[in-house]
Amino acid sequence: MANRINREQVQHVAGLAKLEFTDAELDAFTPQLDDIIGMFETLSEVDTEGVDVTSNVSDQLNVMREDVADNWGQSSALLHNAPDAARGFVKVPAIIDESEDND
Amino acid sequence: MNFETTIGLEVHIELKTHSKIFSPSPVAYGAEPNANTNVIDWGYPGVLPTTNKGVVADGIIAALALHATVEQHTHFDRKNYFYPDNPKAYQITQSDKPIGHDGWVEVDVDGVKKKIGISEMHIEEDAGKNTHERDYSYVDLNRQGTPLIEIVSKPDIASPAEAYAYLEALRQRIQFTGISDVKMEEGSMRVDVNISVRPVGQEKFGTKTELKNLNSFNYVQRGLEYEEQRQQQVLMSGGSVQQETRRFDEKTGETILMRVKAGADDYRYFPEPDLPALNISDDWIKELGDAMPEMPTKRRERYVNDLGLTDYDAMVITQTKEMSDFFDAAVALKADPKMAANYLQGDVNAYLNEKQVDLQATKLTPANLAGMINLISDGTISSKMAKKVFKAITDGEEPKAYVEAHGLVQLSDPAKLQPIIDDVLSANPQSIEDFNNGKKRAVGFLVGQIMKQTHGQANPQVVNKLLMAALQQ
Repeated sequence: MANRINREQVQHVAGLAKLEFTDAELDAFTPQLDDIIGMFETLSEVDTEGVDVTSNVSDQLNVMREDVADNWGQSSALLHNAPDAARGFVKVPAIIDESEDND
Repeated sequence: MNFETTIGLEVHIELKTHSKIFSPSPVAYGAEPNANTNVIDWGYPGVLPTTNKGVVADGIIAALALHATVEQHTHFDRKNYFYPDNPKAYQITQSDKPIGHDGWVEVDVDGVKKKIGISEMHIEEDAGKNTHERDYSYVDLNRQGTPLIEIVSKPDIASPAEAYAYLEALRQRIQFTGISDVKMEEGSMRVDVNISVRPVGQEKFGTKTELKNLNSFNYVQRGLEYEEQRQQQVLMSGGSVQQETRRFDEKTGETILMRVKAGADDYRYFPEPDLPALNISDDWIKELGDAMPEMPTKRRERYVNDLGLTDYDAMVITQTKEMSDFFDAAVALKADPKMAANYLQGDVNAYLNEKQVDLQATKLTPANLAGMINLISDGTISSKMAKKVFKAITDGEEPKAYVEAHGLVQLSDPAKLQPIIDDVLSANPQSIEDFNNGKKRAVGFLVGQIMKQTHGQANPQVVNKLLMAALQQ
C-alpha cells in the first residue's frame, strides 16, 4: 500500500459524512480508498505545461436563465418517493437542530 | 487593563427574485410545505442546476450599493455538509471568487463618522426549514434554493454601537436597491456575529465567540455589550476565552453557552462542476449601475442642504426607499418640505404602526398628502381640520373634494367674521368688562363662543386679530 491516505483520514471523512465504521471496516476501506486515489494519480502523468487552470471541464461560459418562476407541480410525486411524509412535510427521525437558523 | 473590541458580522440577505437561484421553482411565502419544490431543489440524481440571471444581477447591484469591486471572473463552489435541511448534502455558494469584494459603508455613531469595510459578498442558495417535534422532525424544502447574498464585514467594527450602525447602514442601502425586503422580523435579513477582546497594544486578535439568536438590531447590540463585558472579566480574572457558540437570552440579556467549537469547520469546498463560470461584462455592470436609485446618504444630504430638513428628519424619511420616494413626490407637488416631513414622521408613521402595513400597501398617495398640506398652507383648512382630512386621505379620498363635500372650509373672510364677533360681544358684556379689568382669560371664552357660532370653521388667527381690535376700541 502506497499510503496516500491513512486510517485516521478515512475515519475523519467518515465522521464528516455522519458514518461510523468498525475497526474491521476501517481496515478494509483504507486500502480501497488508497487504490482509488492511486487510480486518479494517473492524471498527473498528463503534461499540462502551458494549459490554463480551470474550474470547469466544459468550455461554456455565462449559461444563465431569465428569472421566471415555473412550478413544475412535482411536490406530491416527490413526497411519495420520500421514505415517510406527513402533512406535506418529509418526516424524518428527530434531529438535534444545528442548522444556521436561529429557531 | 484597557481592552479593545473587534466585532465581525456576517449578514445573510434574502433576495426578492421570482424564482430560485438554480431552479425555476417560485420564491413565495405562505405556500403549502414543499409545494414550491421540484427535482432540482431535492437534488435528484441527474438533474442540472441553471444559474438565475436575476440573482447574478442582484449580486452586482449589492456590490455597487456597498462600494465593492465586482469580481468579473466569478464562479460557484460546493460546500459539503450533511444535514436534513439540504437533500443535496452540499450548498452551492461562492468561496474563492465571490461576486464582490472590498466594499464599505459609512456609519455615524454619536456624530463621529467612520467607514466600515466589507471584505466580500457572495451569492448562494438557502436551505430548507426543519420543524422539530417529540419523536420526529419535519422537513419543508420550499426555502431550499431561495437566493441569498452573504455580506462579510472586515474586522473594523470596534463597539456594539458601531455594529448596530453598520447593520442599519447596510439595511438601508440594500433596501433602497429593491433587491430585498431586508426585514429581520421576517427572516429576509439574518445576522451572525462574532466578537473578541484583547488588551490595548496586543497585536494578535483575542479568541472570538459566536452569538446566535439575535433577532433584532437591538438584540445584536445588547448581546455584544454583554459578551464584551463577559470576555473582559474572564481576561481580567486571569482566565482565557474559549472558542464557543453562545446564545443570547432575550429575557435576561445574557449570553449562554451553546457549544464549544472543536477544530475548524471542514466543508471541503471545490469549484461547482455543474455550473459554468461567469464572465461579467463592463456593459452589464454599467447598465445595472445606471438604473440604481439615489442612495439614502445622497438623499439625506439633499434634504438637509436643499430642503432645510434637520438631520433627524432626513434620517427618519430615509428609513425606506418608499418613504423617501413618497416625500420626494409630495415635495415635487409643491408641498412644504418641513410639513411633509412632519406628516410622514407623525401621522403617517402612526397610521402605518396602527395598521401594521408598509406605506406602499396603503391608499395614501403623495398627491393627496401634498394636496392636504397645500390646503393648510394657503389657509383653506386649519391644522385641526386637517386631522379629519388626513383620515379621509388614508381612505384614498382626494383632499380638496373631501373638504368641499364636508364644508370643512376655514372661515377667514373678515367681512363674514365681523358680524359674528359683534354678536358674541354684545351677548357677553360681562366678558368685555372682565377683559377691561385685566382678566385675559376672557379672550379665550370669547374665542370659544365665536368658534361655536361658526361650528369650528373660523380661522383662529383672523378671529384673534378681529376680536382684539374690537376689544381695544
